[in-house]
Amino acid sequence: MSKDDQHITSYKTISLVLLGLLFFTFLTVAITRVELGPYNTSAAMIIAGLKAALVLVYFMHLKFDQKVFGIMVIFVLLVFLAVIVVTFFDYLYR
Amino acid sequence: MTANSHTHHEPSYLEVKPRKGIWNWLLSTDHKRIGLLYLYSILIFFAVGALLGLSMKLELIAPGETIMGAQTYNGFFTLHGIIMIFLIVIPGLPAVFGNFFLPLMIGADDVAFPKLNLLSWYIYILGALIAISSQFMGSGPPDTGWTFYAPYSFQTNTNMLPAVTGAFVLGFSSILTGLNFIVTMHRMRAPGMNWMKMPLFPWTLYGTAWIQILATPIVGITLLMIVAERLFQIGFFDPALGGDPILYQHLFWIYSHPAVYIMILPAMGAISEVIPVFARKTIFGYKALIISTMAIAFVGYFVWGHHMFTSGMSGEALVSFSLLTFLVAIPSAIKVFNWISTIYKGAIHLEPPFYWALSFIFVFMIGGLSGLVLGSLATNVHVHDTNFVVAHFHYIVFGGTGFAFMAALHYWFPKIWGRMYDKAWANIGWLTFFIGFNALYFPMFYLGIIGMPRRYYDYLPEYHGPNILSSLGAIVMIAGLLIIITNLVRSTKSGEKAEADPWNGKTLEWKTTSPPPLENFDKQPVVDKGPYEY
Amino acid sequence: MEQHTQHVDEHYDHIGSKMGMWLFIFTELILFGGLFIVYSVYRFMHPTAFHLAAEELDVAIGTINTVILLISSATIAMSITAMQQRKKKLCLGFMFATIFLGLVFLVNKYFEWKVKFEHGHYPGSDTLHELGHGDTLFYGLYFFMTGLHALHIVVGLIIIGFVVRYVINDKVNPERFALLENGGLYWHLVDVIWIFLFPLFYLIH
Repeated sequence: MSKDDQHITSYKTISLVLLGLLFFTFLTVAITRVELGPYNTSAAMIIAGLKAALVLVYFMHLKFDQKVFGIMVIFVLLVFLAVIVVTFFDYLYR
Repeated sequence: MTANSHTHHEPSYLEVKPRKGIWNWLLSTDHKRIGLLYLYSILIFFAVGALLGLSMKLELIAPGETIMGAQTYNGFFTLHGIIMIFLIVIPGLPAVFGNFFLPLMIGADDVAFPKLNLLSWYIYILGALIAISSQFMGSGPPDTGWTFYAPYSFQTNTNMLPAVTGAFVLGFSSILTGLNFIVTMHRMRAPGMNWMKMPLFPWTLYGTAWIQILATPIVGITLLMIVAERLFQIGFFDPALGGDPILYQHLFWIYSHPAVYIMILPAMGAISEVIPVFARKTIFGYKALIISTMAIAFVGYFVWGHHMFTSGMSGEALVSFSLLTFLVAIPSAIKVFNWISTIYKGAIHLEPPFYWALSFIFVFMIGGLSGLVLGSLATNVHVHDTNFVVAHFHYIVFGGTGFAFMAALHYWFPKIWGRMYDKAWANIGWLTFFIGFNALYFPMFYLGIIGMPRRYYDYLPEYHGPNILSSLGAIVMIAGLLIIITNLVRSTKSGEKAEADPWNGKTLEWKTTSPPPLENFDKQPVVDKGPYEY
Repeated sequence: MEQHTQHVDEHYDHIGSKMGMWLFIFTELILFGGLFIVYSVYRFMHPTAFHLAAEELDVAIGTINTVILLISSATIAMSITAMQQRKKKLCLGFMFATIFLGLVFLVNKYFEWKVKFEHGHYPGSDTLHELGHGDTLFYGLYFFMTGLHALHIVVGLIIIGFVVRYVINDKVNPERFALLENGGLYWHLVDVIWIFLFPLFYLIH
C-alpha cells in the first residue's frame, strides 16, 4: 500500500488557495472595467492562467504527485499552444 | 522443445472457458481475447470496405456508367473511406496486435484497465453500427467523402448525422485504448525493463497512444460542431452565417493528419520487430528508431495544412506547412535506413513475415517519396485532388499499414493460435497480393499526373488504358487476399503445432508457451538486457 | 497444480488509475481546446462585434457563478483531506456541499440563458440574423461552449454522486480512495475550463 506516503493537503492550504482564486477573480473583473486597450485581453488571460495554475498545482495535487504528471501537463499545454500558433500562421497573414 | 512435450503447463488462454459459448469472448477482459475480438470485427468490416473498393474499380474499368451511377459512386467512396479509416486502419495494429502483444512484450499479465479495454471494444462496435446505419436510413447514404468537408456536410440532404456521430463515438474508443496503453507502459513493465529496454513495437504504441489522446478530441469537437450546425444553425462553418469553412478544414486535419501517424507508427513498430528476427541480428540504431518514432509523432502533429494547399490559406501558412511536412520525411527516412542496416550482413531467413516486411519497405518508400511531391507547393497544386493523391495515400496507408498488418499477422500467428500456417501458400498469397497491389495503385500515379481527378465515377476516354490495368490489379489483389485469408483461417484449426519460439525471436512474448496461458507467464519474467540481442 | 480459471483484474494501482484519469482530462482539455481555437479565430476576424456582444452578457451573474465554482472546487479538495484523516462524515459533508454548489451553478445558468432567449439572442433567431455575422458567431459559441461546460457539470455531479455512494458503503475508504481523487480531478477540470470561459465571454472588451 502506498497510502502511508500520501501527502495530505491541509484545510489551511486549501482555504488560502481559495482566497487567492477569489482575489484574482475580483481583480480580473476590476481590471477589465479600466480601459487598457489591447492589454485588456492579455491581462485577463494572464490572470486566468494564474488561476488555472493554482488549481492545477494545489487542488489537482501536481505539486505533491510524481513528477511525471507535471511533465505530462506541461507537455500537453505546450502542444496545444503550438497548435494555436500554427493555426494563426494562416489567419494572421490572410 | 514443442508444446506437446510439456509435462504440465497452464492451460492456454483459448482453453480457459469460465462461461458458456460466445460469452467467453463477449465478456472476457483478457487482453488477448479482446485483441482477437478486434481482429475478427476488423476483418468483417474490411471485407465490406474491400468489396466497395472493388466495385468502384469495376465501375472505372471503362468510361461512362459501367455498373453504377454517380450518386451511388459518391456513396461508395464515402463509406469506403469511413470504414477503411475509422474502422480498420486507425484501430488496426494498436487494437489488434497492441492489445494482444503489448502486455506480453513488456512482461505484464494484462493491460492496466482490463474492463475499460473491453468497454473500448463495445464502443467501437457501437460507433461502427451507428456509422454504417447511415447507409440504410431516410434520405440516402452520405456523399461527402470521409472528410465531411463543410459547408457541404451540413447542406447535403443525405444521412450525415449518423455518419458523423459514428465517427465521434469511434474516436472515443480510440482514445480509451490509447489511455490504457500509456498507463500500461508506465506502470506495468517487467522488473528490469526500463524504458530503454522496451521493445520497439510498444514504443511506437506509446507514440501512437499520445497522438490518439491529443488529436482525437479535436475531431470529436469538430464533428460535434457539425452536428450542432445541422441541428441549430449555429453558423460555425457556414459562410452565409459568417463562419469560415477553411477553419473546418484546419480542425479536421489537426486530427486527421496525425491520424495517419496513428496508422503508420505501429506499422513501423511491427516491422522493427520482424526485421531483426529474420536477419538474426540486433536491430541497428535502437535509440534512433525510438527518437524517430517520437519525432514523427510530434512533428506529425503540425503538418496538417498540407491537405489544404489549394484551399486559400495565407502564403505564410503555405510555406510553413510545406517546410514542416518536409521535416517529417527525415525521421521516416531514418527508420528506413535503420531497417536496411539491420538486414545488412544479417543471417537472413526468408520466411513469409520477412517477405511482407521487405515489401513494406518497398511500398512505403514509393508512398513516402510521392509524399514529397505532394508536400512541395508547386507540384501539389498540379496533382491536388487527382488520382495521384489516391495512389500516394493507398501506398502509405494500405501499402504501409496493410503490409505491416500482414507481416505482424504472419509473424505472431503461431503465438496467437499455437499453430503454424502453410508457408508455401502464404508466399503464393503474398506474391499475388504484391503484384495486384502495385498493378492497382501504380497506374494511378500516372493517371493523376496526366490530370484524372479523383472521386468521379466517369472519365475521359484518354484515361482508359491505365484504368484497365488498375482495375485488373484490383481483381488480382483480391484474389491474393483470398488465398492469404483461406490459408490462415484453415491453419488456425489444422496447422502444425507451433513451438514457443518458432522464429527464434528474442522479445518476451516468445518466452511463454504458444498460445500463452491466461496470465501470460508462468512466472514473472525479469529483464536484464536489451530486446534484440542476438 | 492449482489452475487459474478466472481472470484476475484485481490489482489496485493507485498511481496508475490517477494517470488514467489525467490522460482522460487531457482529452477533455483538448476537446475544449478545439473550441478555444474556433473562438480565437472568429474573435480575430470580428473584433468589434465580439466586443459589443460581450458587453451584453451579465458580468454579475458570471462572477457569482465563478465564485460558486471556485468554492465547490475547494470543498471537493477538502473532502479528500477529510477522507485521508479518516473523517467519513465530514468527507461526505464536503461532497454534498460540492453537489449543492454545482446545482446552484446550473440554476444560475438556466436563468442566464432564459434571459438571452427572451431577448432573442439564440442560435438561428431573427434578431441575431439582423445583428450580423459577428454576433451570430459570438452567441453560437457562447451557447455551445457554456452548454458543453454545463453538460460537464452534470457529468461531474453524477460522478460525485456515485462516489458518495461508494463512500457510504465504504468501497471508497481511507486505504483506497483513488475514485474520490479521480472524481475530484474531474471536478477541478470543469473549474479550470470555466476559469477561461469566464473572461473570454464576460470580461474581454
